[in-house]
Parts: sequence; C-alpha cells; structure tokens
Amino acid sequence: MKMKNPEIELIKNGKRLDGRNLDELREIKMEVGVLKKAAGSAYVEWGKNKVLAAVYGPRSLYPAFLKDPTKAMLRCIYNLAPFSVDDRKKPGPDRRSVEISKVSTEALESVVMTERYPNSVIDVYTEILQADAGTRCTALTAASLALANAGIPMKDLVAACSAGKVSGEVVLDPMKEEDNYGDADLPLAIIPRRNEVVLLQLDGRLTREEFDRAYQLAFDGALKVYEMQKKTLQDAMKKSAVVGD
Amino acid sequence: MEIETYLKRDHIRNIVAAGKRVDNRAFDEQRPLEITKGFVADKADGSALVRLGNTLVLAGVSMDIGEPYADSPTEGVLTTSAEFRPMASPTFETGPPDENSIELARVVDRGIRESKSIATEKLFIEEDLVWVVFVDIHILDHDGNLIDAAGIASIAALLDARLPKLEDGKIIRGEWEGKLPMTCVPVPCTFAKISDKVMLDPCLDEEYAMDARLTVTTTDTINAMQKGGRGSFTTEEIKYAVDTAFKKSKEIRKLLG
Repeated sequence: MKMKNPEIELIKNGKRLDGRNLDELREIKMEVGVLKKAAGSAYVEWGKNKVLAAVYGPRSLYPAFLKDPTKAMLRCIYNLAPFSVDDRKKPGPDRRSVEISKVSTEALESVVMTERYPNSVIDVYTEILQADAGTRCTALTAASLALANAGIPMKDLVAACSAGKVSGEVVLDPMKEEDNYGDADLPLAIIPRRNEVVLLQLDGRLTREEFDRAYQLAFDGALKVYEMQKKTLQDAMKKSAVVGD
Repeated sequence: MEIETYLKRDHIRNIVAAGKRVDNRAFDEQRPLEITKGFVADKADGSALVRLGNTLVLAGVSMDIGEPYADSPTEGVLTTSAEFRPMASPTFETGPPDENSIELARVVDRGIRESKSIATEKLFIEEDLVWVVFVDIHILDHDGNLIDAAGIASIAALLDARLPKLEDGKIIRGEWEGKLPMTCVPVPCTFAKISDKVMLDPCLDEEYAMDARLTVTTTDTINAMQKGGRGSFTTEEIKYAVDTAFKKSKEIRKLLG
C-alpha cells in the first residue's frame, strides 16, 4: 500500500534516511549451515531484514499423483512471521505470500537440476523473521544459498535485489520507509552466469527511462549479492575442510 | 492435460524455431479482440465480456460502501478477485482460488491500482465511509493468455461502471447517479518466450510450450510487471517487451473507447 505525504524527508542532499547514497545497498550478512535438521540452510540479514531458509529433500512426494517421472517437484514457501511486521500478521498463507511463493519457486526452478531426482520433491522453506522491505529478494537469496548448502545440483545461484523510486529519484534497495512512501518498486532476480532474469515484478509508476535506470541498478545490485553468496559458500567450505567435517 | 502438454510441446517449439507461430500470427500480433461492455448491465454496476481469440472472460464490477484503509482514510477501496470456473478448462476444478488465480487477480489489480486509474479520492462519502469497488473476474473459456483477457475485461468493466444511488447512507439498487470516476486506462500485454523467441498474446498451445512469460501493464508509464514460468529472460527481451507493450496497448486502448 502506497501512502501519501511523508512527514519525513526521504532524500536530502543526495543521501537517504540511513545515510546511504542512491545506488548503495544496505549492509548484508550471510551464513550457511545454521540449522541442524535441514539438508541445507542459510541465514541472511539484509538491513533490518532477517530471513532463514531451509531445504528438505529430495524426498518422497505424496500424494503420489503429484509425482513426475521426469523430474522432482520444487516447492518454495515464503512465510512472514506474525511478529515480523509492525501490525501483527495473521499466521498462515495470505494472497501476497501465495504469489511470492509461486514466483520464487519459478525463479529457483530455472537453476535446480530437478531432472536428477524424478518422482521426488525438494522443499525450500523461507521464514521472514523480521521484515523491512525487500523481503522476497532476501528470501530468494537465502533460498538459493540453502540449496547450495544442501548439495543440490544447480546450474547457478539465484541472486536478487530490488530498486525503487523515491521522492522522484530512482534508488537501489529501498528500505521500509522508502517502500511505504515510494512511487515504484522493482524486485529482480538473476542467474549471473547467463546474465538472465528469473524473477521480475514491478508496481508503481515508472517512465521508460526510469525503468531502464531502476532495472540497471537492481541488476548491478544483484551481481554484488552474487559475489557475497559465492564468498559465503567458499568460506563455509574452507571452514569445514579445516575441521574435517 | 499432462499428456497433451507433453505431446504439443515439441510440435509448437519446432514451429517457433522455424520462425512461425502455430496460428500463423506475427510475433507481435494479438488475436482478434472483442469487447462487449455492459453484458450484465441490468444487475452489475459495471461489466464487460472479452473475447481474445478463443479465450472468454467476463468481468463484473459491484459497488458497495464500507470502511476505508487506515492509511488512506479518505479514499475508496479496490478489491480484485478471479475465479477460474471449471467450465473453462478440463484442468480447472471447483474450490478455493489456487496460486494461478491469485496471481492473475493480483497482477490485474496492480495495473489498476498503481496507475491510479480509479479516482479513489472521489469515492469518499463521509468519515469512515467510502465506496468499495469489487472487480470480479470470471474465466469462462481458457485458450491462453488469461492475464490480458482478464486485465482488459476488468478495465472495460470499470469504464462501464456506474455509481449506485445513495440515500441516507443506503444504496438504492437498480438506480444509478453518474459514472465511476476514472483517470486513465491501464492495459496489460503478455509475452511468451519459446525457444529464444518472444511473442505477444500466447494461445494455450503456446503456453504449453513456453519457457517463461512476461506481463507489462502500461498507461503513459509502466505500472505493473510480472514474470512467470521457470525460464529466464535476457535484458534485450525485457526491453523489447516493454517497448512493444507501450505500442500495442495504444491499439487496445482505442477499442476500449
């Protein structure tokens, strides 16, 4: 829901509320292997967003009529915790989370080699523990780390980032205040090895030129996220090699 | 359905690889579009029946009065839902909306909402009381590209819609006073990607074969976009879709009157 008349000045002298430049990402921290039971897991902090992702499977799929003899089913669930937002969110899926789960699943299907595991299912659960705009990008980034952590064969990692329009300026990675009072939001997820887009949504009002600028900002932001993802996985590998795990 | 998809997929992909479409259309050519406003005019406050090729969608607008959202207390409210009626396809079942109908309704809703197409500030009645606009989309025959058919039907129904007569805070049904105030006409254009080719308005057979789809809803600006499907798009393909959407939506807008 877009609101009108912000009482606060969102951009002042080219700086944003939290001191960022227009083309600057929030601080991002990533960790893998954070849960004991899951086949793979990841935790991502992105600004004030806190998101956990866990992977179960490949495992048997029931009811049996859902089984596909040519490939595994992939199911990515996006879930907002009731306490993750200012006004408590009623537990369970709402229409927004059903839609985000669908587009996130489709984004991950572009990289996961599901044909290796016929008749089975790979479940990816993402939990938004604290939400501050950009949760679907944070969740997708975490989901793709968790899949890699589970050792599931993938053609690439999915990296995500969003751009928006705030007070007439196109900005990278809007935070909550900017999203609430902003004029547009463009979440994007890419597969960097092919330079292609696997998730793209937009709402708001953007001219053709503003769209080009927002798209480029989000794309470049996602490339930075991709580098962080790779480093996180490499560091985890080195650590486990030393411990001999 | 699964077997039909499987059998048709290769056939369609081969045709596209040869630079053609299954129904001989150009890659940026929409199927014939027919819009009938006021199809259920005796009861609904607004309605439109849209035939896009062999896809048939009926959208109805019902006006009611209710509470505004807390963060916009002086503006009317829009609610969009879609029902994939079982008569429209052997794959549709009765029951609550599934992810496909939720996605469709939300994409159509975003185009209307974000373009500020309904002048919601004119739907204020008194404190804590505003007009509520229900857009209900009925999918009656599914031959592909439900998003565009539903999006065009919805905006046509809104352009057709009238405000019911209001007396002492009560709606007088069957009597109207004026049109629903509208500011602009958002039009969705959906593209399918098959074998590295991007085409406007996929029919159902093309949807069986497509890797991914992209919807771009425009007015004089871009108001909504949605990528679907397990495939991916290049930057060039996305920009082609945006440019083509701006161009094609102008032609569709003429038919909307």
